[in-house]
Amino acid sequence: MAAVTMDKVTKVYPNGVAAVVDLDLEIADGEFLVLVGPSGCGKSTALRMVAGLETITAGELRIGDRVVNDLPPKERDIAMVFQNYALYPHMTVEQNIGFALKLAKLPKDEIRERVLSAAKVLQLEEWLQRKPGQLSGGQRQRVAMGRAIVREPSVFLMDEPLSNLDAKLRAQTRAEIASLQRQLGTTTIYVTHDQIEAMTMGDRVAVMRDGRLQQVDQPEVLYAEPANLFVAAFIGSPSMNLLEGTVALTGDGATVALGEQALQIPASVLADRPALRDFDGREVVVGIRPEHLSDAALAADGAPRDGTRLRGQVELREALGSELLLHVRTNCRPAVTDEVRSVAGDVDEAAVEILERQAAGQGAMIVARFDSRSRARVTDSVEMDVDVERLQFFAPETGNRIADLVEVGANA
Amino acid sequence: MTAVTTTPPATGSDDLEPGPSPAREPVGSVAHRILGAIPTGVLWALVVLWTIPTLGMLVSSFRPEIEVKTTGWWTVFPDPFPESKLLAGIVALIILAVVVVLVALLARLYVRLGRVGRIALPIVAVVALVVLVMVASDSTFTFENYRQTFDASTSDSPDMWQHFLNSLAITIPATVIPIAFAAFAAYAFAWMDFKGRDWLFIGVVALLAVPIQLSLVPLLQLFVGGAHLTLFGETFTLFPDLDLAGTTTAVWLTHIGFGLPLAIFLLHNYISSLPADLFEAARIDGADHPTIFWRLVLPLSVPALAAFAIFQFLWVWNDYLVASTFLGTGSADAPMTVRLATLSGGRGQDWHLLTAAAFVSIALPLAVFFGLQRYFVRGLLAGSVKG
Repeated sequence: MAAVTMDKVTKVYPNGVAAVVDLDLEIADGEFLVLVGPSGCGKSTALRMVAGLETITAGELRIGDRVVNDLPPKERDIAMVFQNYALYPHMTVEQNIGFALKLAKLPKDEIRERVLSAAKVLQLEEWLQRKPGQLSGGQRQRVAMGRAIVREPSVFLMDEPLSNLDAKLRAQTRAEIASLQRQLGTTTIYVTHDQIEAMTMGDRVAVMRDGRLQQVDQPEVLYAEPANLFVAAFIGSPSMNLLEGTVALTGDGATVALGEQALQIPASVLADRPALRDFDGREVVVGIRPEHLSDAALAADGAPRDGTRLRGQVELREALGSELLLHVRTNCRPAVTDEVRSVAGDVDEAAVEILERQAAGQGAMIVARFDSRSRARVTDSVEMDVDVERLQFFAPETGNRIADLVEVGANA
Repeated sequence: MTAVTTTPPATGSDDLEPGPSPAREPVGSVAHRILGAIPTGVLWALVVLWTIPTLGMLVSSFRPEIEVKTTGWWTVFPDPFPESKLLAGIVALIILAVVVVLVALLARLYVRLGRVGRIALPIVAVVALVVLVMVASDSTFTFENYRQTFDASTSDSPDMWQHFLNSLAITIPATVIPIAFAAFAAYAFAWMDFKGRDWLFIGVVALLAVPIQLSLVPLLQLFVGGAHLTLFGETFTLFPDLDLAGTTTAVWLTHIGFGLPLAIFLLHNYISSLPADLFEAARIDGADHPTIFWRLVLPLSVPALAAFAIFQFLWVWNDYLVASTFLGTGSADAPMTVRLATLSGGRGQDWHLLTAAAFVSIALPLAVFFGLQRYFVRGLLAGSVKG
């Protein structure tokens, strides 16, 4: 058991590419931290630096109270699970799991005992004499886990351990790994590009982009109060709708104009985000989560409420049974600043092009998550109730969330 | 080239044969299949044609001296050909077809066998052939040639057993030692970071281009007297005189030298294609380079090692040039190739002995090839195609 501390850890490759820049992270003893980000964001490099598979260019890495920058992997008291498991193909499951113990020259009896108990935890007992080639993907994954837990290390490192499993098995294994970690109480760093894994498994989630840490917090906080446009767009599926808006203060509250439509911002929101006052008359990026839009036709009172509704035409309807995803074409403008473009490019290449087209005059496509009772059909015009209390605002130039930072903490 | 790629038995991939044909098969596909079988048939015909000299040698080796010298080996078979030229042609074609089908069937059986079966089947087939010929023929057969071949009573007698042992004494170190060195070197080139690695590797690979003829004389000098450099009246010994002239050691040392670059190159290609994750996992499990090499790389490289072993074994076993240069043709330490050549020179008239001796000399390579054929095909591919 040990805490892991990264202090301005930096990785620059010999060809000049900076994979990780000034990464500051403190992972508490026993904590499950998920590193998430799009491919190429440096999350795997960060993990490999902790493992000792990559040298650290600058900064300090501590496991427990030891600085381990220059220690080889085996002296760091860590175990790692690889994306493709990296099982030794010529050894049986038992030998695979016991390999590290054998190298550590433990007595044979003890190796056997520990391998057996690890196998028991992972339900691998009947496969101990098989070779990896004879196992299914899920079983191989468990062997890889077994190889890690049998050593009882102070830190687990996992590099996208579920990405080679099919969807159903992935969901099941996700839960198994999370509960196993809780049971063992071992500090764990888990790298993934899948934000669902990040949200469901981590005690805290660290979002990375272009080698830089964007935000690290509990999953709920990350979702409710993303620090910037990138985190807002990356976390959540379907992702947050980002629209271009102009703020106009009106006494206690404010109005934000989204193209020809406008939303009223109540005084309470403004009180929570005092920094928004500085944007009077200026453009902001308005973020609306799909689930904060609801079918106005289903509203209890039915009376039109001024300034909390957006209108548009349904272009695509995805019925998921429990809920309804509607892609609604509005006459609002999507937010297309340089920052948004680059964020969209990081999240999804094709997204940039779609954004440009929408900005050019098609109007923004908004994804709304409606109650399944909604009767909205394709080509219907719909009115959507907006939960204006939960709107997010970002500065168009920097992409940062508009809020008083002190207030954000209090809000959580 | 199509002939090669459309011949499943030749590549050992018997599982790839089409299953039972579906009920409704379009006419075009039947024609396609018949046409597709033509290259396979041509290939098998070639195999049979190319095997005929070996068959002739085998038959001759069992014939008495007088008969070998007076009649051809094919006369042991009863003459199946009728007088009419047309009929004789037809009979000849039928015989060829039967032999081709028989060989093809044997080959199909062969690829389904395990390792022991793969060694046993050719032996059984050859013995069956010999017995068949002996039974069907009215000629006399004898083991006298083989007895004489192994005869060691006089200094002039062939004494093949001794030369068989000589061949082994050269081939075994010349096969085992390069593999042992090359495996280490290949691992280092593939997975260890050190300065000048790429240049060193390029240098080793460039050695592949050195022709052996070019180095025969310098090597001979080296073995006879060492290498010395005289500068400003001082003589420096670059390589001591190890008194290796005329020894088998000189022969296998040379084979090692010329085998190493290829061995390193082939093994490097194979070892560097092993997944990097495996090595990282091992490092995290606490393995250092020697442990990774012995516990991981060596067991995983068995196919590549076996493939190179076959290559090198066959090359050294069949070598004549190096052995005759360093040992001399009359040496008692000469391997079988050299001895055979001497026999055919000194006893050019003794065809009966030559055939028997030659058959003895190809017996071991045949056994090695059939026993490790699986690795041979795989190893040929390992260097070029990743997969």
